[in-house]
Amino acid sequence: MSINVLFFARYSEAIGLDSLEMEGEFATVDAVRQALAGEPDFAVLNETSLMCARNQELCSLDEPLQAGDEVAFFPPVTGG
Amino acid sequence: MAIRVQIEAFDPGAEVNAMHAANVGVGAVVSFVGYVRDFNDGRDVSGMFLEHYPGMTEKALAKIALEAEQRWPLLKLEVLHRIGALEPGEPIVFVGAASAHRQAAFDACAFVMDYLKTRAPFWKKENTSDGARWVEGRDSDHAAADRWGQ
Repeated sequence: MSINVLFFARYSEAIGLDSLEMEGEFATVDAVRQALAGEPDFAVLNETSLMCARNQELCSLDEPLQAGDEVAFFPPVTGG
Repeated sequence: MAIRVQIEAFDPGAEVNAMHAANVGVGAVVSFVGYVRDFNDGRDVSGMFLEHYPGMTEKALAKIALEAEQRWPLLKLEVLHRIGALEPGEPIVFVGAASAHRQAAFDACAFVMDYLKTRAPFWKKENTSDGARWVEGRDSDHAAADRWGQ
């Protein structure tokens, strides 16, 4: 399955990417996170305050995934 | 409801007036305007950049506004949030809630701001005397959102 992964704000700066396409079997959002977080460039994905979204809706890390989903990881939001 | 995410500046007074202009059944308008401060966490702030998640931003704000409309008898609800480069003194965000009576308008306005602060995908990057820095989320914002329950 193919998953489009997006990063925002401090995370995209730390990782050096706005987005990437991942190929593989990912049961949940956390499976995507774990597949990346072991790499030094993606270390910010280990932060406990990490927020995530699936198809542009906030979700928890155990949210199930389907092929073609858009997953986003970002630090706590600071609008308003 | 009206949701607007825009680079352009806006006039808070005009937004407030528009909340009741088309409906004489409106007896109460409560509005909140957030501004860029020139000082934060011990540093002078000369400006900021507001990043967001295009697509999700509008959906997240609409979801928050819909929940407010389901909780309170509102006649109009407007959420306006700016993105891009902003200078101290400029308005960032406007929330207006109109209702027949004041309590629903007060509560809906506070609810929308509390949820926006913790659920809408915006991030502020400040320009300070020590360089640019991302603003950190505050625990107090989560406490404020939690008071509304689920």
